[in-house]
Amino acid sequence: MTPAELKLAADGGRAVAPEAKPGPVAAMSLRGMTVSYGEKPAIFSVDADFEQGAMTAIIGPNGAGKSTLLKAALDIVPRVSGEVRVHGQPLERARGRMAYVPQRASVDWDFPTRVIDVVMMGLYRELGLLGRIRGHHRDAAQDALDRVGMADFAHRQIGQLSGGQQQRVFLARALAQAADLYLLDEPFAGVDAATEAAIIDVLKTLKTEGKSVVAVHHDLTTVQSYFDRVLLLNVRRIAEGPVRTAFTSDTLAATYGGRLAAAQIEQLELGGAV
Amino acid sequence: MTPLFQALTLQLGYNATLVAIGAMLLGVAAGASGSFMVLRKRALVSDAMAHATLPGVGLAFIVMVALGGDGRNLAGLLAGSAISAGIGLLIVDWMTARTRLGEDAAIGAVLSVFFGFGIVLLTVIQTMSGGRQAGLESFLLGSTAGMLLADALTIAVGGALSVAAVWILRRPMTLVAFDEGYARSLGVNVRLTDLMMMGLVLAVTVIGLKIVGLILIVALLIVPAVTARFWTERSASLIWISGAIGGLSGFAGSAMSAAYADVPTGPVIVLFAAALFVLSLLFAPLRGVVGALIRHRRFQARVHRRQGLLALARSEPIHDPVTLRLLRSEGLIRADGVATEAGQDAAARAVRDEWRWEVARTRHKDTALTGRYDGLTPIESVFTPDEIAGFDRLIAEGQT
Repeated sequence: MTPAELKLAADGGRAVAPEAKPGPVAAMSLRGMTVSYGEKPAIFSVDADFEQGAMTAIIGPNGAGKSTLLKAALDIVPRVSGEVRVHGQPLERARGRMAYVPQRASVDWDFPTRVIDVVMMGLYRELGLLGRIRGHHRDAAQDALDRVGMADFAHRQIGQLSGGQQQRVFLARALAQAADLYLLDEPFAGVDAATEAAIIDVLKTLKTEGKSVVAVHHDLTTVQSYFDRVLLLNVRRIAEGPVRTAFTSDTLAATYGGRLAAAQIEQLELGGAV
Repeated sequence: MTPLFQALTLQLGYNATLVAIGAMLLGVAAGASGSFMVLRKRALVSDAMAHATLPGVGLAFIVMVALGGDGRNLAGLLAGSAISAGIGLLIVDWMTARTRLGEDAAIGAVLSVFFGFGIVLLTVIQTMSGGRQAGLESFLLGSTAGMLLADALTIAVGGALSVAAVWILRRPMTLVAFDEGYARSLGVNVRLTDLMMMGLVLAVTVIGLKIVGLILIVALLIVPAVTARFWTERSASLIWISGAIGGLSGFAGSAMSAAYADVPTGPVIVLFAAALFVLSLLFAPLRGVVGALIRHRRFQARVHRRQGLLALARSEPIHDPVTLRLLRSEGLIRADGVATEAGQDAAARAVRDEWRWEVARTRHKDTALTGRYDGLTPIESVFTPDEIAGFDRLIAEGQT
């Protein structure tokens, strides 16, 4: 696609997107985000506002574009149209304030690197090409490991870690970035209960420090206890808002369609008509 | 003194010394830059690039002769090879990004087409220059005969610049190789980083044409890196170990080929690197095959010892011949299978440890600690003596 065509497509996306709501500056706001693999949109014209100092879950069925939305917000996958603003600034100006925790399966765990080296990667942006690694950098990395309960594992090869430990290392790498906005892609997928508790602890601490957390989440039963806000997504945005008002049997049915049995929705003990 | 020893100690004369040092620097550059290609799992792209140099060599020769110059001018030939290798690289990159072809197909297509075209050009040149040998075939397998000081200097400077570039680019290249998505999230330009990495390898390939030749340069890019992988668990050290292995291979290989006339340089360098690879594969302590085998045997012995002791404590018969042999050799049982005094002690300790673990698992809160029970881990390595004394008290209470 030529730049001219790209711009046309972008304008088209903007035209369908509703205007931005006025309000306090969101930690991250997305407008008219459309990402397409081939000719089939994975997400289509999605708007979202992620509130500052809140924990937001992105939920939706498989293939709904949850991970794609995060990746598009970070420019990891190219978008056909859409605009990203982080704390009111364009993405490129705000990169230093964002930290991303990718899915565990996205890397080769036999890569020759130790736990502490992975966490140090969180400081590469700050270090630049030639910056020397100094004592306070090492302290920051070690401190990040400490916060996820992995301080004793600093010098292990990453291939020796369990799935839950790998996930904690990824979280520690993001913590080392000392960002204001944390974007996590399925942080609880395939981890043990102890790790899940440790991760949610860290995330809640971040929230009390005024940081914002956005996580792609799969387990509907924990949405209410873990998160403040929710974005229901199925290629398009279905609903968005505080868990109490946006996470209802109606919105879930609209998001998951027939894939979520009425009995499952009932078990969540939500308000609203079924 | 043998010629080989003379060569290795740089006593074969000015020219051989020049070549050996040039080959060493080339090896360092190839080993270091190649390690990123291996980490990125794109090592074979360098093979496509290397083969794509050939038409550039041929065309540069033709152009230089047509302009009335010396067709064998090394700088001119290398410039031509760099241009055609660059075109080959961009085609591989474009085919992978823009078509549905995989990178392997793109590599195969570019490699064979460019190489075929290059061979045709070489044939044309042989007829064109009236039977006079242009000597361009030496670029296929490398040759150091008649190398000039200027040639060696070109290689030395190019190699040093490549090593410096590896050092400068090590962080973004490591990020991209390990976790592309995360690298993008930090604002790293992945495409540009990849192209710079390839450009670096292209530079090494081009300056290595004279010594190693285009067919085998890929080995000098890959073999040192996979050899180094046996010796380290850190990418930061892998780069420089790989560079050291490449440098050693380049030096020793070129010295050997200088010591024995008519032995082509490139193949000898590659064979030397391959020998280091095989040695590392077998004997590297961390990841070598022999080390792994010994560790496995030791582990197996611990398992059999423990199982045997627990069986003794429960007065169960032991049938496993491995267990029996092990317990006998350690003097824990007699030839007839009855436990010796030492065996009874050891068995009692094994049972006591099982009891302690049992109590620890039910009473201790930290599941990370109790989760380390695997039947073999000594409880003393997990809990403090105070904690263990506490377990013993609980066991005593339970028994009364």
